[in-house]
Amino acid sequence: MWDGEAARAALPAVLEGFGVTVLATVPAFAVAMVLGLVLALVQRAGPAWLALPVRGAAAFVRTTPLLVQLFAAWVLVPALDAPVLGVLVLGTHYATYLSEVYRTGIDAVPKGQWEACTALSLPRRRVWRAVVLPQAVRNVLPPLGNYAVSMFKETPLLSVITVHEMVHEANTFGSTHFAYLESFTLAAGVFLLASWPTSVLVRRLEARLAA
Amino acid sequence: MPHENRDDPAVRFERVTKRYGDRTVLDGLDLEVGRGEHVTLIGPSGSGKTTILRLLMTLERVTDGVIHVDGRPFSHMPGGTNGKLVPASERHLAAHRRRIGMVFQQFNLFPHMSVLENVVEAPVHVLGESREDADRRARDLLDLVGLGDRADARPTRLSGGQQQRVAIARALAMRPGILLLDEVTSALDPELVAEVLDVLRDVARSTDITLLCVTHEMGFARDVSDRILMFDRGRIVESGPADELLESPAHARTRAFLGRSGERGRPLR
Ligand SMILES: Nc1ncnc2c1ncn2[C@@H]1O[C@H](COP(=O)(O)OP(=O)(O)OP(=O)(O)O)[C@@H](O)[C@H]1O
Ligand SMILES: [Mg+2]
Repeated sequence: MWDGEAARAALPAVLEGFGVTVLATVPAFAVAMVLGLVLALVQRAGPAWLALPVRGAAAFVRTTPLLVQLFAAWVLVPALDAPVLGVLVLGTHYATYLSEVYRTGIDAVPKGQWEACTALSLPRRRVWRAVVLPQAVRNVLPPLGNYAVSMFKETPLLSVITVHEMVHEANTFGSTHFAYLESFTLAAGVFLLASWPTSVLVRRLEARLAA
Repeated sequence: MPHENRDDPAVRFERVTKRYGDRTVLDGLDLEVGRGEHVTLIGPSGSGKTTILRLLMTLERVTDGVIHVDGRPFSHMPGGTNGKLVPASERHLAAHRRRIGMVFQQFNLFPHMSVLENVVEAPVHVLGESREDADRRARDLLDLVGLGDRADARPTRLSGGQQQRVAIARALAMRPGILLLDEVTSALDPELVAEVLDVLRDVARSTDITLLCVTHEMGFARDVSDRILMFDRGRIVESGPADELLESPAHARTRAFLGRSGERGRPLR
């Protein structure tokens, strides 16, 4: 059943795909972190006429499947290359989750911190930048880490818009060499090898913050 | 309540009413605190003492009436037709609340900043002092509160008494004309109370700051106050020089209150 020769042959393609997966996940997560923060800030500190529609739009994006969003964006925005589009859609999709995470973190900053800022006459902008956000982000580092891991595991969806990430490469190799078992096993193994240490890291971080 | 009339008191409440829903906490309160005067508010729990300080710090808004600071409307500003007073905008409040500082029962230090960063934050970002000047002054203030050697520590590494002394230094760094102290020793273990009160006695003696305190520490109230106001249900029951009011209260309510809180020399809850 298991063809060692085929597995060895599949390895380069799978690893190359893995590189693409990482290359997609890192900027996509950066987009998610920054955009998520903007979404959270607009909802917590922005004017109501902006906060309400933004909340609605974020909820809409959050509750529709990523796969559908990828297809829709691919069809509707042909001007962008598939990898760029994939990173943006993935990042935006996760931004709507991260904005909820940030909001939880913001709400967990004690009322006394805000009151101390008022008593010191700190300007609003400074209150957010120097007092609230640093504490809010610290509050939510573990869930942020978990979302990074789950985004990494969802990146293979980009293959539907022809981004040649790892699962796509494994699939291609499997179909051309009739070696699905080998190529997908390798892909799964690489995923495991990559996400396991990451989740351990996240766990550690969690434990350290709890202490 | 009659007060000696001075020109431009530091604080003047003019028929101030504060309601939460249909609960009236302050009902047309008149109150004056002279410049440089040290006034202590005493009274049973729920009588509205904290509310007065929070209104002054703009942590709450008045329902009715006007608060004046240094002779100028503070809770309100001239506006509308013929200069009628309207509730102050956030901008008006921001421009005027710098005169006022507050120390909280729960310290409310910024836990992610060092002690020194806590103290320099406002001077640098509100008063526009240079980092060097602010640093130097912050270290002087930390010396004043006896924590010169803990400048680089995180607040969470300090005892409650030390944290509260940092909070005092942080408030003073803004050079407030008026300092509000709301039961600043109530959250402390008994053995840490004295170090904080000593620092405050020092501040009261060595500066011309206007002090408005809420405390259950009658000894401290006697030491630092020019005047004590006895409160009950949002009204001033009695007002007088510290010694006089504590030694021979005129009002039965005051006698009852002092009798009870004297038992342990500690707050009753
Ligand atoms: N945000 C609020 N919402 C509703 N009621 C409030 C609020 N803040 C204060 N109150 C009520 O106002 C009244 C006066 O409260 P305040 O905190 O000023 O009393 P206090 O004299 O400081 O009492 P204590 O000695 O217990 O600190 C209390 O009955 C309290 O329950
Ligand atoms: Mg109180």
